[in-house]
Amino acid sequence: MSLIHKSAADLGALIASGEVSAVEVAQAHLDRIAAVEPQVNAFLHVDTETTLEQARVVDARRAAGEDLGPLAGVPIAHKDIFTTVDMPTTAGSKILEGWRPPYDATVTRRLRAAGLVILGKTNLDEFAMGSSTENSAYGTTHNPWDLSRIPGGSSGGSSAAVAAYEAPLSTGTDTGGSIRQPAAVTGIVGMKPTYGGSSRYGLIAFASSLDTPGPFARNVMDAALLHEAFSGHDVMDSTSVDAPVPSVVEAARNAEVAGLRIGVVKEFGGDGYQPGVLARFHETVELLESLGAKVFEVSCPSFDVALPAYYLIAPSECSSNLARFDAMRYGLRVGDDGTRSAEEVMSLTRAQGFGPEVKRRIILGTYALSSGYYDAYYGQAQKVRTLIARDFESAFQQVDVLISPTTPTTAFPIGERADDPLAMYLADLCTIPANLAGNAAISVPCGLADEDGLPVGLQIMAPVLGDDRCYRVGAAVERALEARWGGSLLSKAPAL
Amino acid sequence: MSAITRDEVAHLARLSRLALADEELDHFAAQLDVIIGAVARVAEVAADDIPPSSHALPLTNVYRPDEVRPCLTPEQALSGAPAVEDGRFRVPRILGEEA
Repeated sequence: MSLIHKSAADLGALIASGEVSAVEVAQAHLDRIAAVEPQVNAFLHVDTETTLEQARVVDARRAAGEDLGPLAGVPIAHKDIFTTVDMPTTAGSKILEGWRPPYDATVTRRLRAAGLVILGKTNLDEFAMGSSTENSAYGTTHNPWDLSRIPGGSSGGSSAAVAAYEAPLSTGTDTGGSIRQPAAVTGIVGMKPTYGGSSRYGLIAFASSLDTPGPFARNVMDAALLHEAFSGHDVMDSTSVDAPVPSVVEAARNAEVAGLRIGVVKEFGGDGYQPGVLARFHETVELLESLGAKVFEVSCPSFDVALPAYYLIAPSECSSNLARFDAMRYGLRVGDDGTRSAEEVMSLTRAQGFGPEVKRRIILGTYALSSGYYDAYYGQAQKVRTLIARDFESAFQQVDVLISPTTPTTAFPIGERADDPLAMYLADLCTIPANLAGNAAISVPCGLADEDGLPVGLQIMAPVLGDDRCYRVGAAVERALEARWGGSLLSKAPAL
Repeated sequence: MSAITRDEVAHLARLSRLALADEELDHFAAQLDVIIGAVARVAEVAADDIPPSSHALPLTNVYRPDEVRPCLTPEQALSGAPAVEDGRFRVPRILGEEA
């Protein structure tokens, strides 16, 4: 097995034992990136020399006898929404083209501290707004399973990089499903930690009460290792939870579901779901029962209105957060010819610098927050948030975890939903409740849909700070399914 | 729930500091009308006795010790600026000619 096909845990162990160097591992992935990027377009920025220098530092620290962590020397692709001092940070937007931040995000800093080697910055929907990575100002990313289809979004560059073996690990951010949905449609693992469990400091804000950094990997254990490497309390983020990170690596190792109570969310899985998605989901439910779990149907009636509530709350917060892109202190400036006022320059810059989805959400958010409409829209949406939290609370009195398909359909063709925002928004139907209530949730591969042969994801939702339960159930499903398939789901993907 | 008009979109664009072209106004007005129609469903569910939640977590003010610590240098803070003059951000005029 070549280096690029190995898991992050295996690579870390090989580097630790001295069998391969971090430089060799980095070079193997840089070679793969060079070979497949023309087809995939997962990266916005790759810097060979900076990458190899990071790897050389890890090798030198190891040679000096330092005891480094389990992921030291392992390459990672980093979503281009986290600030990085040594690489540009654009959030997928023209308004930040070429911007080099003066500081590192906490997640970036922790990746470096754990000895991870950052390969580059990955493509995303502009400011993380989208479900397909078609809204990037720098071109869309392609799904490695079928290059004519979307890789999910907004962290589509990160999911495609891992699915195309360009990196064993990557980072994402999940505001309404932007880690779980791309993981599901590219056949990998993606985890949204409990809100506040991973720091937002240095993450370019979209919707501050929802944004959550999390890991992508090709298996559950690798995701758990990365989760532990960058999560935990951060004094730089006032919404960071000051509680220990649950031992998710231990939970992934445990992988035991006998006696566990699992709730199937009744509201997710009716009309509008692709038959192949439902078939794989129902098979996985039977599998969990065969492993000794007790499965119940659980009703969460307010989940039906989570999507409309999200599409009022997220744009409202975005319209406020994106006010900082004012052409004054950083980023693009348009029309500053000495005759125009600051306000005119701002309006011209924002009109030219933002793409259509961002403009649409800024206007929708401004509308929802405006006098006369605030109570009817934003205020009501915040009440729905309470109802959803109550649904979760009541469900978790009956069961230990909730499950559903991660997405209603498999990856759709590029361009298919581009002019229909409502159709696009449906991609996040099942993932949004966990964002509104702040719960932990993971997506793990559960098979291929019969009609198109594309990956289907299983979503496992756990209570706030119950992240370990997601890994425990996810690892059990992964172990049982891989035994049935004779390998990972991703090993069935066509070669690039 | 009222429909959103093209004039309203133009007003919202001004409030948001977005200089939209005429065709963008037409395009967004049609799309936003559909989106607002769909999201208006939130009004059907939440009764008066439901308290709103602004956040997933109970939030309290967080303070840090009031002590001097390292911060960005002026050069770092200005490093991404579109225009700089005399160690400061150079911005277009803020007041009108008549001021």
